[in-house]
Amino acid sequence: MIKDEELQTSKATRRASMSDYLSPRARAIPPSGIRRFFDLVSASKDVITLGVGEPDFVTPWHVREACVYSLETGKTQYTSNSGTPELREAIGQYMNDRFHVEYDPAKEILVTVGGSEAIDLALRALISPGDEVLVPEPCYISYSPITALGGGVPVGIETFAKDQFKLTAESLKASITPKSKLLILCYPSNPTGAIMTYEDWLPIAKIVEENDLIVISDEIYAELSYSGNHVSFASLPGMKDRTIVVSGFSKAFAMTGWRMGYACGHPDLINAMLKIHQYTVMCAPVMGQVAALEALTNGMDEMKRMVESYNQRRRLVVKGFTEIGLECHEPQGAFYAFPSIKSTGLSSETFAERLLMEAKVAAVPGNVFGKGGEGYLRCSYATSVSQLTEALDKIGNFVHKIKMS
Amino acid sequence: MEKLKTDILELLKEDARRSPDLIATMLDVPEAEVTQAIQELEKDHVIVKYATVVNWSKVSDEKVTALIEVQITPERGRGFEGIAERIYLYPEVKSVYLMSGAYDLLVEVEGKTLKDVASFVSNKLSPIDAVLSTKTFFILKKYKQDGIIFEDYEDDQRLLISP
Ligand SMILES: Cc1ncc(COP(=O)(O)O)c(C=O)c1O
Repeated sequence: MIKDEELQTSKATRRASMSDYLSPRARAIPPSGIRRFFDLVSASKDVITLGVGEPDFVTPWHVREACVYSLETGKTQYTSNSGTPELREAIGQYMNDRFHVEYDPAKEILVTVGGSEAIDLALRALISPGDEVLVPEPCYISYSPITALGGGVPVGIETFAKDQFKLTAESLKASITPKSKLLILCYPSNPTGAIMTYEDWLPIAKIVEENDLIVISDEIYAELSYSGNHVSFASLPGMKDRTIVVSGFSKAFAMTGWRMGYACGHPDLINAMLKIHQYTVMCAPVMGQVAALEALTNGMDEMKRMVESYNQRRRLVVKGFTEIGLECHEPQGAFYAFPSIKSTGLSSETFAERLLMEAKVAAVPGNVFGKGGEGYLRCSYATSVSQLTEALDKIGNFVHKIKMS
Repeated sequence: MEKLKTDILELLKEDARRSPDLIATMLDVPEAEVTQAIQELEKDHVIVKYATVVNWSKVSDEKVTALIEVQITPERGRGFEGIAERIYLYPEVKSVYLMSGAYDLLVEVEGKTLKDVASFVSNKLSPIDAVLSTKTFFILKKYKQDGIIFEDYEDDQRLLISP
């Protein structure tokens, strides 16, 4: 945590370099581990990449076309701060149809610039300096830095392959202190592909209730659930008012570049997020909102086809890693496999770097996702079957070579 | 079994070289079931052929293709079947469809040159008694065929690594 006196920038001495002008909090944010690896990969040629955290589908044409048409008809203005009424209505309908949670589009839904902005707004609206934010790890990389930026203290809760990377009641309980305020959940999980069933959730919900926690539930991969329907944390008994559901169109509807997301929650919380949102971005881009509405209105069949296609490839990679001799728990959601590379004796970073240099396959070392990620590799299977097959061959040869040496 | 067959057909339609082993993994069914389903599909001529989709415009000895609208008088008792057969048996004919609307058959003819196709129409197709009229349209460029886009475009524009 950063102490208050460190936050004061002293005027007394002249600053030696431009970075001395930065706020201590901004300076303290570690650069993303993914970024470093990105530079490394970009410098290499002819690489097959399993490092991509986005769908390999282009946004379906009817969605793109809806946006083009709206531009042609001159839809180029600001929208209501919280998003167009039609889109909020459609999101409300969708949340109810798919996940059985009812939200009032007028007060409980906010359209944001990607799920990313929704996460930022929720954390900004809720964190006071010193608040502890519980984050099951390995997890998506933005939660801890944004928490720290707001003066909060991220508290990682390690999850394990033996539990299929699910959050367990015991480990949650063990991490709670009087300062615990928030719990950030992300299931289906990036990077582990873990999911939580209704039965898995119940003891977690009980602890949340007992300790008066607020939950930010990042459900952006909800549709990419391969063994039964996704269970929204907000749909659990008593949890709706305590939960801000964060989601978006990037993954399920193959719309990453559109930057369309949303948050659903209690009117008081959404209203605070809306205040910050209106001062920082005014509203999400209207073109994206038109496209998102089209996706929700006419895009469900196409979305389900894409999900089925990920599922086919999921089976392929899990079998592939197992045959190579890399233990791989079965991911039940998202589009990532998270095999263990511990049997090679290499660290995640070394494995990933050597795999890139020697086998020309890129994947993300597990340690960048926080506690419990060391010893694993995140491999996205949102890539063509032929590329996956080739990548698996190459990884197989590479692992064989290492184990022989 | 019907669902499995449809799933198999869709996977083969994307790439006919996929092995039963691969398909079995992707669909999470035993390989033997996939092999049997494929055999049945072949036997029933549901799978007619494993052919390659070729973009001939990229090959030096280019081909000329025309779509020809043909109006015909149906034969008593056989309708269009007999005449359609007389037409589709020519190797120059790549496809024949019976159409609703202003004409009856849509015939796709392929030749090495414009002259080839023109002479096929005037020497083979038009002289058939039942053929009343033909209208020939030459294809200038194929953008998409059988769901496959022919234009060269970057189909993966993603960053190599993203969170
Ligand atoms: C778990 C998770 N949450 C949120 C996001 C951000 O998505 P977007 O801002 O595109 O909606 C991502 C993207 O990778 C993610 O993996």
